[in-house]
Amino acid sequence: MTAQADDELWSAIGDPSRRRVLDLVVSNGEVSASWLAGQVPFSRQAVSKHLVVLEQAGLISRRKQGREVLYRVEADRLDQATRAIADLAAEWDRRLGAIKRLAEAAHAEAKKQRNLQQ
Amino acid sequence: MAGLGIEREILIEAPAEVVWRTITEPDQMTQWFADRVDLIVEPGAHGYMGFGDQGGPVVVETVDPPTRFSFRWNHPGGQEPVAGNSMLVEFALTPVGDERTHVRVSEGGHELRDWPDAEKQRYADEHREGWGDFLDRLASVSAELRSG
Repeated sequence: MTAQADDELWSAIGDPSRRRVLDLVVSNGEVSASWLAGQVPFSRQAVSKHLVVLEQAGLISRRKQGREVLYRVEADRLDQATRAIADLAAEWDRRLGAIKRLAEAAHAEAKKQRNLQQ
Repeated sequence: MAGLGIEREILIEAPAEVVWRTITEPDQMTQWFADRVDLIVEPGAHGYMGFGDQGGPVVVETVDPPTRFSFRWNHPGGQEPVAGNSMLVEFALTPVGDERTHVRVSEGGHELRDWPDAEKQRYADEHREGWGDFLDRLASVSAELRSG
């Protein structure tokens, strides 16, 4: 993934209310903006803005059905987003594991030194 | 910055002061983070972190020993890391008794600048179980969509 695409993804899903909107689209298949607005505690206008950002990030797409516009999730992009998040989480798990080993070794060494001095 | 990125946790069998040094001292950071760390651990200090032949600038934000440490980086962008173009990494250390420390790290990209506090709080509350569950759900939905 390019840095630019990565940045767009983070920006799109980094905002909790936007994530909530995405979550509702993911869980409910094809939905309209007005249906979404009924499910969230923020305005219809805010929902529309979130939909635009999610669409720009490629996470959702829209189609017209009669007078309604319906939104659905884009599986490939969602998969990419999921993997980007999982990779970052795994990276931090690895770093935290290294911090744990280093700190515990330093602590054990300090204790040993103290015991030798006593 | 609840709700804005990933959060991971670990319990370490060492006092917070020891864990603090491991996390913040540049010669220790090279053992768990970057290959090269040029950093003065002071709020506002500008530094550099190198990963192999890549790297980028880092700006220290919070230094509150032995419990809070945060910095911004936008590897491999090269521009000055500020809110909006960079990732914020935050460490929170909580002593558990005298000999153990709970460490939480978060990394996230884009701050909520225009949110009313009540809304931030509502979503911070929701987030408490949130990001992991959301990730699990995304993963299962995207697997379903792929197989279907």
